[in-house]
Amino acid sequence: MPSKIYECISKISESIMANKDYLTELDREIGDSDHGINMARGFQAVMEKISPDDSDIGVALKKAGMTLLSKVGGASGPLYGTAYMEAGKIMIGKTELLPEDMKAIFEAAISGIQKRGHAVRGEKTMLDAIIPASEAYSAKISEGSDMISAFEAACSSAREGVEYTKTIIATKGRASYLGERSIGHQDPGATSAALTLEAIRDYMKGK
Amino acid sequence: MVGIVIVSHSWKIAEGVCDLAREMANGHEGIIPAGGLEDGSTGTDAQRIADAIVEADSGDGVVILADIGSAIMSAEAAIELLEDEGREINAVIADAPIVEGAVCAAVEAAGSGSVDSVLTSAEESREVNKL
Repeated sequence: MPSKIYECISKISESIMANKDYLTELDREIGDSDHGINMARGFQAVMEKISPDDSDIGVALKKAGMTLLSKVGGASGPLYGTAYMEAGKIMIGKTELLPEDMKAIFEAAISGIQKRGHAVRGEKTMLDAIIPASEAYSAKISEGSDMISAFEAACSSAREGVEYTKTIIATKGRASYLGERSIGHQDPGATSAALTLEAIRDYMKGK
Repeated sequence: MVGIVIVSHSWKIAEGVCDLAREMANGHEGIIPAGGLEDGSTGTDAQRIADAIVEADSGDGVVILADIGSAIMSAEAAIELLEDEGREINAVIADAPIVEGAVCAAVEAAGSGSVDSVLTSAEESREVNKL
């Protein structure tokens, strides 16, 4: 049987592949029209790199991160690559994911993305989806919710974050050249981040 | 001799800038391109950059020049990959245009400059007037 982390990353990869054209279309409007293509190329390589026998969550995440750093090509490569690498570092040796681990993964991924991109919330980036998702998840867990309910809340907050990116000006990346013309368009990176979280949720729910 | 790595989204740009820089630094073997992705497509690849840093280093450190967008982030990620591997290479990124910066850096490196002086040389190239 394939390991859990392999199945979860497969689910993320399937979602990225299925939304390749959609992500590229979003990026055509405010960027350089390659987000979907780049992410799909990255995840195709990730699936070649990780193995169904990789049961150590940290090892699998680090392999995925290394591959994304190398194969994506655009800005999402070092950003997602660093996020997976940082999450991997804290999960080395673990084969089961506890609610607290997921909280730590969110925090490690966010600090990795911030370190790499020198961005903060409100700059029309993937952080505008991931930070609210992380906060919603942590709040639910501390209220005593189970992991799936907490992750549902995280996904709703991520989608709200994606909607919020339509209302703000991009100050990072290629979209920043557009200034106010970036308003009205949702951020492709925030969208792929929301898709990633929804894929993890679907994996948890056994969909 | 301080090594120089040229990072570009395009392998042609990276190779071409290295060719120009080498002309100014007779016999300097540590001027290494890290352009594009492995399959030749446009983009930057942190692992490729990390390999180039290792190749460029002769023990005296490496100055990296990078072009637009993700090039700087990938170069930073490459330095961290090497740190994670426990390699002790003094690799720094220059805040400089890659063509002018590479030529100035190559001259300084060939003249037995240090990482600091090669970095300064590359960064000072920003101030050189063309007209």
